[in-house]
Amino acid sequence: MGHLLLEPDHHGADTGTPAPIRRLDPRARLLAALAFAITTVALQTLPALALALAFALALLALSGLPARITLRRMAMMDGFILFMLLLLPVTTPGTPLATLPFGVVATVEGLRLAVEIGLTANAVILALMVLVGTMDPVTLGHALARLKTPLLLVHLLLFTVRYVDVLRAEYLRARQAMRARAFRPGSNRHTWRSLGHLVGMLLVRALERSERILQAMKCRGFTGQFPLMDRLAFTPRDRVFAVACAAGLGALGIVEVTVAHLA
Amino acid sequence: MHIVDGALSNPVVIAGAVAAAGGIALGLRSLTMEKIPVAGVLSATFFVASLIHVPIGPSSVHLILNGLAGLILGWAAFPALFVGLVLQAVFFGFGGVTVLGINTFNIAMPAVLAGLICGPLLRRGGARAALWGGIGGALAIALTTLFVAVSLALSGTQFGVAAQLVFVAHLPVMLVEGLLTAAAVSLALKVRPDLFTALEPTP
Repeated sequence: MGHLLLEPDHHGADTGTPAPIRRLDPRARLLAALAFAITTVALQTLPALALALAFALALLALSGLPARITLRRMAMMDGFILFMLLLLPVTTPGTPLATLPFGVVATVEGLRLAVEIGLTANAVILALMVLVGTMDPVTLGHALARLKTPLLLVHLLLFTVRYVDVLRAEYLRARQAMRARAFRPGSNRHTWRSLGHLVGMLLVRALERSERILQAMKCRGFTGQFPLMDRLAFTPRDRVFAVACAAGLGALGIVEVTVAHLA
Repeated sequence: MHIVDGALSNPVVIAGAVAAAGGIALGLRSLTMEKIPVAGVLSATFFVASLIHVPIGPSSVHLILNGLAGLILGWAAFPALFVGLVLQAVFFGFGGVTVLGINTFNIAMPAVLAGLICGPLLRRGGARAALWGGIGGALAIALTTLFVAVSLALSGTQFGVAAQLVFVAHLPVMLVEGLLTAAAVSLALKVRPDLFTALEPTP
């Protein structure tokens, strides 16, 4: 359970040779995920969106990520938006499709919009998890830095990644201590106050920890600059990947234009 | 409260991205490399706190605590919460890519506003400090819900019902976040009152 953010990488590490996607330059993967997201959001026809989701699923097969866990995560997101998607058919004006109880009318346009959003959201988030989520979070930070993200932001990300697991362990330890004292969460003021005190304590300890970190850093000669230790290389393999991505996104565009033209 | 890709209209998405970039730039200007450890560890704490589930009646909600983040981090809440949203999208699949900007703005702007409004009153200390903390916590959730509702409503009238439901569904969350923030503030003020000035420039 320990590793909250490092989990995906640990699954892949056991399989011997890394999956094809993991051997690509992190920068190429990051840019591909961004280009895919922007293209997919711009698509409006259902066949093109279905093709985009198919591309994301194909990438999942190449990523070495455990398919079931990843798809379950994607489905969790669907759980959040399900409510909105279910509302859309009845709140969008247009051609009636069916009359539901209480005289509510579902429309063709609303259903179409719900399907469109569902396909877009799933395709984009799946491609992101597959292309970028398979990176070690530290590599993600370094790739962002190499792509000219402000260094302060990159280091904020790296520090957050570094300490999320430490603080989560501290949180779980505190919860265990509360459980040992017969704390059981419920909908009452005692629960909310206790959890509030817990958050307050976590913050106080975080502050103290950060002071020790800064002192340790200064002791080792911190001069206000963090070195970025990594070796990113854009290889011929990445060039092939970039061309394949461009072709794939181009195909999405062609399908979109063709379908829109026929309609 | 995460909005997903494809749900919003292009003008809303672009305006959100621009506003978030501005907020992040302002937040980074308030930081130096020396402040990165404290900002990073606190940002990790808020990330962990957002995984805490609190029961409300038959259901449960996860904490957001953006009000508390704004009270402690000020404008630095923008980059800190942005980092949290990036990590959640990349590794957990919550939210989306093109909507990162608008999602950051909807969560971080209320945090900063709560910090600006309630922060000075809280730092005065005294018996009312926890109360101001609680008001800040509830205010940030109220504003976030309002911003999400407005983002949806601006993207098309068919989202109107969903926007109203989001608002009503979050009324109890507001109450819980307010009480929780008040408790957290009262404890932190007793133990380490300088937590609320930790990110101010050192003399």
